[in-house]
Amino acid sequence: MAQESSITEEMRKAIGVESAPVVFDVEKGAVKKFAQAIEDPNPLFQDETVAKKSKYGGIIAPPTFPSMLRNPAVVDRIFNFDTPLKGLLNGGNELEFFKPIKVGDVITVTAKINDVKERTGGMGKMIFFFNEVTYKNQKGEVVCIGRQTLIRHEVKEKK
Amino acid sequence: MAKQIYFEEVEVGADLPPLIKHPTTQQLVKWAGASDDYYQIHYDKDFAMANNLPGVIVHGWLTFSFLGQLVTDWMGFEGELKKLGCSYRGMNFPNQDTICKGKVTKKYDKDGQHFVELELKAENPKGEVLVPGNATVVLPTKKK
Repeated sequence: MAQESSITEEMRKAIGVESAPVVFDVEKGAVKKFAQAIEDPNPLFQDETVAKKSKYGGIIAPPTFPSMLRNPAVVDRIFNFDTPLKGLLNGGNELEFFKPIKVGDVITVTAKINDVKERTGGMGKMIFFFNEVTYKNQKGEVVCIGRQTLIRHEVKEKK
Repeated sequence: MAKQIYFEEVEVGADLPPLIKHPTTQQLVKWAGASDDYYQIHYDKDFAMANNLPGVIVHGWLTFSFLGQLVTDWMGFEGELKKLGCSYRGMNFPNQDTICKGKVTKKYDKDGQHFVELELKAENPKGEVLVPGNATVVLPTKKK
């Protein structure tokens, strides 16, 4: 039995469209606050004296710091797609690191939807958006590539 | 910080020392602020329940960060994290332990560097795997 696709024309057209860049200054206070929110006491993320003596020569950001280097365009687009699947969940993350992100770096973030797939599972109908985020430093070097799966899913009405 | 671990000391199949975290609702608010993620399912119970959730849930990225801490603690200052990934299978609820575990699945040399691959998981106190993950790290060698 043929079933109607939940993937709309609007979604298909968004595949591969790169967002406008968003630029962040990596501030010492923000990195420290981020490490404290994880409750991760690693001195490389917080202690200037220790970090200076390390091979990095200064404070570096925790690996998941790209979480806050947000380019909201793609997530907003996925959130705002016109679909009866009202829920939004994060399915998974992957970060590939090429250089550490250091305090003082200026990071430019661009994002795009690489692919869209649909599936039916425990939450009913779901649409999977496979996104890719590129983080470049002030020298134009790619420091990190992030891959994220966002899921729009059915939300059943409360009885 | 534990002492530096070297590539030669790592055996395939060995477990990483587990990391036990206990995310409270306060930590979720701290995380929301630090990571700039203000989605209400993580701090507004009414909002979460209106979205068919039993209550507020821990941010996926925060549990992912716990797995990151597990790995960076283990690899020490000289280790280099190359890749960190996870998928979110089950909901993680605040005010209970999140137990982070890791296992060495592979070690190899490539381009003059010493790679180790890890399988990771974040479990709830019932032993259910909420967030399976993986990591690739480069470790220092004792050989000159």
